[in-house]
Amino acid sequence: MKQFVLKLYIAGRTPRTEQAISSLREICEKDLASVYDLAVIDVLERPQLAENEKILATPTLVKELPPPLRRVVGDLSNRERVLVGLDLAVRETNEERK
Amino acid sequence: MSTPEQARPEHARYVEKVATGIPGFDFIADGGLPKGRTALVAGSAGSGKTIFASQFLAEGIRRHEESGVFITFEEQPLDIRRNMMSFGWDIARWEVDGVWIFVDASPEPSHEMMIVGDYDFGALLARIEHAVRAVNAKRVVLDSIGAVFSVFESSSRVRHELFRIASALREMGVTTVLTAERREEHGAPIALYGVEEFVADNVVILRNVLEDEKRRRTIEILKFRGTTHKKGEYPFTVMPSDGIIVIPLSAIELKQRSGDMRVTSGNVDLDRMCGGGLFRDSIILVSGATGTGKTLMVTHFVHGGAAAGERCLLFAFEESREQLGRNAIGWGTDFDALEEEGKLKVVCEYPESASLEDHLVRIKGYIEEFRPQRIAIDSVSALERISTVRGFREFVLAVTAFSKHKEITGLFTATTPSLTGGTSVTEAHISSITDTIVLLRYVELFGEMRRGLTVLKMRGSTHEKDIRELVIDNKGMHIGSPFRNVAGILAGNPVQIGAAEMERLDRLFPADGGL
Repeated sequence: MKQFVLKLYIAGRTPRTEQAISSLREICEKDLASVYDLAVIDVLERPQLAENEKILATPTLVKELPPPLRRVVGDLSNRERVLVGLDLAVRETNEERK
Repeated sequence: MSTPEQARPEHARYVEKVATGIPGFDFIADGGLPKGRTALVAGSAGSGKTIFASQFLAEGIRRHEESGVFITFEEQPLDIRRNMMSFGWDIARWEVDGVWIFVDASPEPSHEMMIVGDYDFGALLARIEHAVRAVNAKRVVLDSIGAVFSVFESSSRVRHELFRIASALREMGVTTVLTAERREEHGAPIALYGVEEFVADNVVILRNVLEDEKRRRTIEILKFRGTTHKKGEYPFTVMPSDGIIVIPLSAIELKQRSGDMRVTSGNVDLDRMCGGGLFRDSIILVSGATGTGKTLMVTHFVHGGAAAGERCLLFAFEESREQLGRNAIGWGTDFDALEEEGKLKVVCEYPESASLEDHLVRIKGYIEEFRPQRIAIDSVSALERISTVRGFREFVLAVTAFSKHKEITGLFTATTPSLTGGTSVTEAHISSITDTIVLLRYVELFGEMRRGLTVLKMRGSTHEKDIRELVIDNKGMHIGSPFRNVAGILAGNPVQIGAAEMERLDRLFPADGGL
């Protein structure tokens, strides 16, 4: 079973942040039919983490596992595009074919 | 340029300046960059933006004990550390000491990224604020922001976010240098991506122009809001050991005159022709064809100075040290002995060994080090080969201004292309800068080549107007009597005139004073 490790970097609690979090939760529930581990990191509190990961824009979603590593920047409002960005859309169709 | 600072964030009447420490820049900036503001430093590729930015931080650390934050959008910190080490800026050590910190916003090839929806640069701002706090920074650099526009496609969004960062930096009270690319060396736009729209208050432009197959670097302060700066383009050079050195040129010109003190040219006859010697802080141009006695005049100049207890610095761009020494011995002056006594220092260089700006910086360095009372450059026309007309004029202006400032007597030689008469290109370009012009000319008389000398101009003094015969023997040069019955020497076409005509001329132009 695939383990999804996702990190969402945000800069404080703004409407855009809330939009990103709720979009992401919805995608996780609906599209990630497996175990996922989602961490929300506020760069205002943990700037060093943003430095280590070289995060520029917020919100930024990082898919650390499974490979390949992917980054999606923005409020994640477009579900289709988020799935493409996370390299999940292709995977789904592959699995459907099996 | 500093006064006690009160609460003055937004509407300060008096803009304080921060001395960057970049040699020459603070002079043209009337003290430095506006404190607590962001200055846009725009330039084409290879114009020296990253060096300028790094030097701003490095000098802050070295001279003012001010820490700095370097936000890099393009080069990796690793590369910057290595490249700047060549200027002697040990960034790695400063990082350990906690006075320099990188915020690495350079693109990471492994970070494949997609943009879905709206975003801001909150993370970058948080990282910058974190870094500024971590080292208690007073100086910040963003270099170079063009790269971020190519990563994030929406230029208006990026501009807006960078504006937000610039505002935040202002609130933090740090002085910021923000670099940006520009495509054209002159004209609009100032920078790509409309960067100047959000940092329009203070703009500095670096240029690297190809002119007559020669590179010319210049810096121009386009504007400083609410405060003064020098106008126009100033040349600068990048020295391996010091980084950027801006050459303020004529800016220190005409500052002072050291009165009417006269010094010897090394030849009593010439002194007399000049009305009692050369002015101490004047520049003398000796112009003549090859073999007319220019280097000999330089030798006399050295000798006369040494005899009067003065030190002379001689820059030779045409002959080797050995050859110069041999010639001088032949005329009775021992350069080796003078050098040993500390009365003389000879610097021999190939003109092509460096750019004219580099030569200028070196010449100034030697002057600072040797502290001479007189300098000689033999010849300045050799230097003209490696420069543009404008660059050359600026060079002569700069040497002239610097020498006057130091109350040094300068003797420059220039070679004329034609043997008899005519003026050199060099003369045409710099004659208005020099105080005194001495012409050496071949005169063809009765099938014989003889030499003539005249003082063409002598600023601030009367001088003899005759063209006199110059004789060179193993003791050096001797100035003889005037060519009385010849006309057209300077035009290169000497014509003998009869006794009757001579008398007529004498009546027309009665002899003025003494000679």
